[in-house]
Amino acid sequence: MSAEAKNHPFHIVDPSPWPFVGSVGAIALAIGGVMYMQGASIFTILPGFAIIIYTFYVWGRDIVREANAGSEHTPQVRHGLRMGMVLFIASEVMFFFAFFWAYFNATVPAISATATGIWPPEGVVPFSTWGLPFVNTLILLTSGATVTWAHHGLREGNRRTLKLGLALTIVLGLLFTSLQAYEYANASFSFTDGIYSSTFYLATGFHGFHVIVGTIFLMVCYFRSLKGDFTNEAHVGFEAAAWYWHFVDVVWLFLFCAVYWWGSAGYIPAG
Amino acid sequence: MAHDDHKPGFFKRWFMSTNHKDIGTLYIILSIIAAIIGGAMSWYIRLELMEPGIQYIDDFQFYNVLVTAHGFLMVFFVVMPAMIGGFGNWFVPLMIGAPDMAFPRLNNISFWLLAAALILLVIAGLTGGGPGTGWTVYPPLSSAEYHPGPAVDLGILSLHLAGASSILGAANFITTILNMRAPGMTIHRMPLFVWAILVTAFLLLLALPVLAGALTMLLTDRNFGTSFFIVEGGGDPLLWQHLFWFFGHPEVYIIILPAFGIISQIVSTFSKKPIFGYLGMAYAMCAIGVVGFVVWAHHMYMTGLDVDTRAYFTAATLVIAVPTGVKIFSWLATMWGGSIDFKTPMLYAFGFIWLFVVGGVTGVTLANAGMDTVFHDTYFVVAHFHYVMAIAAIFAMFGGFYYWIGKMCGRQYNEGLAKIQFWIFFIGVNVLFFPQHFSGMAGMPRRIPDYPDAYAGWNYVSSIGAFITMAGTFLFLWIAYRTVTSGEKIGANPWGEGATTLEWTVDSPAPFHTHEVLPDMTGKAPAE
Repeated sequence: MSAEAKNHPFHIVDPSPWPFVGSVGAIALAIGGVMYMQGASIFTILPGFAIIIYTFYVWGRDIVREANAGSEHTPQVRHGLRMGMVLFIASEVMFFFAFFWAYFNATVPAISATATGIWPPEGVVPFSTWGLPFVNTLILLTSGATVTWAHHGLREGNRRTLKLGLALTIVLGLLFTSLQAYEYANASFSFTDGIYSSTFYLATGFHGFHVIVGTIFLMVCYFRSLKGDFTNEAHVGFEAAAWYWHFVDVVWLFLFCAVYWWGSAGYIPAG
Repeated sequence: MAHDDHKPGFFKRWFMSTNHKDIGTLYIILSIIAAIIGGAMSWYIRLELMEPGIQYIDDFQFYNVLVTAHGFLMVFFVVMPAMIGGFGNWFVPLMIGAPDMAFPRLNNISFWLLAAALILLVIAGLTGGGPGTGWTVYPPLSSAEYHPGPAVDLGILSLHLAGASSILGAANFITTILNMRAPGMTIHRMPLFVWAILVTAFLLLLALPVLAGALTMLLTDRNFGTSFFIVEGGGDPLLWQHLFWFFGHPEVYIIILPAFGIISQIVSTFSKKPIFGYLGMAYAMCAIGVVGFVVWAHHMYMTGLDVDTRAYFTAATLVIAVPTGVKIFSWLATMWGGSIDFKTPMLYAFGFIWLFVVGGVTGVTLANAGMDTVFHDTYFVVAHFHYVMAIAAIFAMFGGFYYWIGKMCGRQYNEGLAKIQFWIFFIGVNVLFFPQHFSGMAGMPRRIPDYPDAYAGWNYVSSIGAFITMAGTFLFLWIAYRTVTSGEKIGANPWGEGATTLEWTVDSPAPFHTHEVLPDMTGKAPAE
């Protein structure tokens, strides 16, 4: 169908098996996950997980092929793709909104009868705000700058800047994830220690998961840039990855200010 | 234009589809399957409630599972797939002059994720006693302590998949509507059904992730030792109610806004007049969407909110009556002076307006925190929300089905049988739900399989209504079957001069690919 002459600027996509395959992966992951939660081995989630990863790979590969073929991704189609990414990020913002709500529900007595106004709760030793959390803030902010630098390089046709900027951003992303893992490993409170650790680990944990996804997205862009993908004009994949990275960055700023900074201001060291 | 009707083979066409019409058809089939299951559950509930004492269901957990599954099925797997996935997929591209949806593969995974979610929900109902939490899934009832075993976890994951399906679908619809309108089809010329889907999609996009967050917290509370909703760990069960209703109130507008859109098309078509106050109608829907996000705690008047909070939520909720009033009066003003054709879709539009007004009036009653103190968790509330969103939405779906089935399958329904079906269904639902106002006002509680003898009379009447409704449902299935197999073939526009939107300019059934040459709407009047 796509081979025939078109009278409109839109992309009529050929039939694809991946949506169906991906849904099979989703239901397999759900059932495997429930079995795991009921006490089965962690390996029960592997089949579903593998199918989903495979679906992401082949689906993404198809999109890249269509993009590189050139004729289908017209300016109007690219506009739609960017719009879709913005909307997806908007929904992600609302996902984090729920975890921030849970956090403020536990900390602000004016909105919840169970919040005592004492935060962190007695016995919890929070992280020192201006130690590792602040270093991580600087790392993520710097990575936001390097990805913008890469974008400028791409727009000006400077492929060296593009590759270097992307590589730096990826390294900074991996560094952030490593430091976050180090922080988790050295926390004075565990996952099951009550509402403080619940809000802390789910909010920062989902952020960390998004950092990992964003890093992978940037890696895909890096390898595509090595292959010579993206032009000065048309590089929706890069833009989507960069926007996603900035979104992850902004969520971190809110987490740093609310959870790490304001959230440990009421801490009184014992003795 | 011979190639525009070239269809792939069976498997490729229905399992690998990237065609908005085929995916819309799949959604409608899924909706009908879920409606039969969810409807059977409601009839079983009414059978049990027909008389005081226990008739059939001596396992009360099973009764709770029926109530829960009925709610989930009707909300997530009947109304949303039919109106947004089904009619939305079919007619948004046709109405705005676009050749397909913006993201056809995403469109397909939205459907298949919903099918996966439906399978998970059925598995949940058959596992370890089932989830008997109510569709609101409040902890501590939904906690590991009161619902041990995998049933609630399966239900949570089912909602996760349904939510992911809806979020992807919402992004798809918004992009399609904002980016793919034909030349000259400005925002202020879009048919009101397209406006309705646009506003609905924004509500989906912003409300469902909040539910996803809440469900995730519930899942980790149940299985991984967190304390979001567990008082012993410093958590707060009311947090769940806030998060749930922050999603849940927009959700009921997600259900009713597409109905507004369908009713606007039908009323305009069969009054042979453009809709009265087109812009007011469009922006009334926007206003309903915005206000819908700031009224959630009117579901929580009985949870110990302080008086200022209750005063705010009462006032904010009453504000919703203004834009909904704009819609009701604009429909009536559209009919005023029109040459009204009482075809079946128009009968369903009248039925919708009646049901929505009755449910809206009781909604104003319940918006008041003082009144709600008396009515909370009684059948008055059950009557209210079944009138205003459940049955009203079903009427819009029947109306939309009769209105568009000719376009979808190329064959027209039997007008006489359909009118009989309307009257059976209309009488059935009113006999079913109107008496519940009375039993509710007298104090009959929700979600209880037994009741004192004092409530026997109206419960008996209500159950009779359920059986009349059941007859209307089976007649509908028969009409639908006869229509697609042996209905009279029709041309592009069976409704005549009143049907002015673009879907009536293409053949019936609509070819596999449409608007391959974009229609030029420059200088044309608004579609309505």
